[in-house]
Amino acid sequence: MSDLNTFRTETRAWLEANCPESMRVPIRSFEDIYNGGRNPEISHPDQKVWCDRMAERGWTVPEWPQAYGGGGLSKDEAKVLKEEMARIGARPALDSFGISMLGPALLKFGNEEQKLEHLPPIVRGEIRWCQGYSEPNAGSDLASLATRAEDKGDHYIVNGQKIWTSYANKADWIFCLVRTDSTGTKHEGISFVLFDMATPGVTTRPIKLISGSSPFCETFFDDVPVLKKNLVGEEGKGWTIAKYLLTHEREMISSFGAAGGKKTLGQRAAENMGTDASGRLRAGTLRSVIAQYQLDTLAFAATMEKVTAEAKAGQGLGPASSIFKYYGTELNKRRNELLLSVEGEPALGWDGEEYNEGEIARAWLRSKGNSIEGGTSEVQLNIVAKRVLGLPDA
Amino acid sequence: MTLVLNEEEIMLRDSAAGFLAETANVDAFRKHRDNPSPTGFDPALWGSIAEMGWCGIAIDEAHGGLGYGFTGLGLIIEQMGKNLTVSPFNSTVLMAATAIAQFGTEAQKQEWLPKIAAGEVVMSLAIQEGSHFDLDSLSTSVSMQGDGFAVKVEKRQVLDAISADAFVVVAKDTAGYQAFIISADQVSVRNQSMVDALSSGTVVIDTSLTAEAQMDANSLNNGGLERALDMMNIGLAAELLGVSIEAFEQTVGYLRERKQFGKVIGSFQGLQHRAADLFAELELCKAIVLKGLRAVDAGEDLSGLGSAVKAKLAQISQRATNEGIQMHGGIGMTDEYNIGFFIKRARVLEHTLGDFHYHLDRYALQGGY
Repeated sequence: MSDLNTFRTETRAWLEANCPESMRVPIRSFEDIYNGGRNPEISHPDQKVWCDRMAERGWTVPEWPQAYGGGGLSKDEAKVLKEEMARIGARPALDSFGISMLGPALLKFGNEEQKLEHLPPIVRGEIRWCQGYSEPNAGSDLASLATRAEDKGDHYIVNGQKIWTSYANKADWIFCLVRTDSTGTKHEGISFVLFDMATPGVTTRPIKLISGSSPFCETFFDDVPVLKKNLVGEEGKGWTIAKYLLTHEREMISSFGAAGGKKTLGQRAAENMGTDASGRLRAGTLRSVIAQYQLDTLAFAATMEKVTAEAKAGQGLGPASSIFKYYGTELNKRRNELLLSVEGEPALGWDGEEYNEGEIARAWLRSKGNSIEGGTSEVQLNIVAKRVLGLPDA
Repeated sequence: MTLVLNEEEIMLRDSAAGFLAETANVDAFRKHRDNPSPTGFDPALWGSIAEMGWCGIAIDEAHGGLGYGFTGLGLIIEQMGKNLTVSPFNSTVLMAATAIAQFGTEAQKQEWLPKIAAGEVVMSLAIQEGSHFDLDSLSTSVSMQGDGFAVKVEKRQVLDAISADAFVVVAKDTAGYQAFIISADQVSVRNQSMVDALSSGTVVIDTSLTAEAQMDANSLNNGGLERALDMMNIGLAAELLGVSIEAFEQTVGYLRERKQFGKVIGSFQGLQHRAADLFAELELCKAIVLKGLRAVDAGEDLSGLGSAVKAKLAQISQRATNEGIQMHGGIGMTDEYNIGFFIKRARVLEHTLGDFHYHLDRYALQGGY
């Protein structure tokens, strides 16, 4: 315990000395988040300074082993670091798919050479990654993907198209699912490969959504050479890695549902639309729908709390975790729908300062994608029905 | 207090589950329904329940209980819901004992709580007037009379009214709430036959009471009544949870077996999605009930939580039991099949101390809108 106290004292002093004042301000928009990369997008010069200082100690990814550039901190130490950062309002120094997605997969499935090559640049924010999963004809049915990797001895030649590739136009490397064999079942013959987005034959095109511009891209591969040393795991066994990462991704998306401002929807409605003498919202039918939403939000938060507590107590991830992605995203859609009802006309604005650049309307439209990306609500229900309830296939 | 059961609690839950499944199960309920005993419950079973210490589980040690807490009580009640157990546990232990512990005088606690803990008395709570439970619509029925009080009121949906030895009666005078402990010989009871086949009645009170019968009006009018009712509703929600889980499990079991069109009907996506969605809701129910129970034990403010727990469970128990019948199809409508018992129990539990609409409205008001 005293070791942890020493660690806290030292960490506090170091953060005080090294975290720039400008990085002690809450994140207000996507531009405030630093994603790193060869050509990093910088909204404030201190972003890179802060990232470099943290990366030098491995603290951009505190719990990864030091051998791969990480901080090598224990869970308790990492918690202390987080608390001390929160104490001074320090922003996370770096946020990237490399940290949240590829890193965990490489640590679990990659070989030593791959870990040494790819993990340290992720820690230092030098290489930004994107994920090549979905294809135009392989959405919910991801395993039917058709991007082909032909065996050419020491390398593959990759041809095909990916879609919904977040930040493909800004990423330096891609982790990508390709088909190396089409003779077996659709789950077999999928391989997990890594390659540089600057390789000749790779092109990207941004996708505009109903909510306006988006991070999503279409990504095209035209005779792209990929060295075999960049195959992660065994050839044809990439589906296992894909599933692992999808579970991971679903956990991240489900947490969107827990979002919410300081004021509840009900309180905002009371301010906007007025209450009667008894304190009840005048809009009676809306009031019931809001209350129902708040109730489910409370119960969902309790469910997250319970599952986390059970996991901490060593009881493993219960079946409840399988509903997070489904329930969280549906809840978020309900919240956005209600927000329009509560705010009324100003929420429909699209452009201009008066309408805050259409923030509410854009978030509302964007939320529709939550129950599609990372496995649709319907696919999640299929999974619960089959794996948890033991109901048979049709 | 984390939302995870510790080993002791798991043991308690499992032993309650084992005992009830053996002796106070759905078959026992059916026998009771077909041939009810005059007391409204099986005295031998009630004796066994008391012997195991369940009646005193949430009563503090100073008053003859085990002081184990409300979470333990909730775990037992949940198992009773699963088994459709017939006993005066809710009326006596969940409702009367909670009321006495929250707003009884010290003398009343010393007189009644040890007896409840030992299973020596059956008591009940008489509070509802008219068709719906609604605190705001209680009539002014109490007046001063010398050193004591005169009370004239009719209380409805009083559980186990016919067998209760005494009642906690919550009423109003011109200043606010008043509560009394009134013995059975001072009231008259009209027994009611309710849809769930459990004992319930209307208690007609027209009597004079001494000052000793009066409960702690100060505590009652300063949050004590609301807290007691929130606790009771969380307990009722625990029973609704048991009812809902059991109805759901029986239904999913049926989906795995029943064949139509040459296939097990559980393979149809239309049914799978409804079942999976209900599963999700039930996971939320488990979490929020445990959150409510833990909050009681931690002494947390229950405003905004008690009504949330009850409303959520009221709503999802309706859905679980309705889907239970629909997914069973024709046989779900037959009296011979057990699934119909669950919708009946759930509906009466829901209406006890406020239904879905009452609690959703209260939850919204407490949330500031």
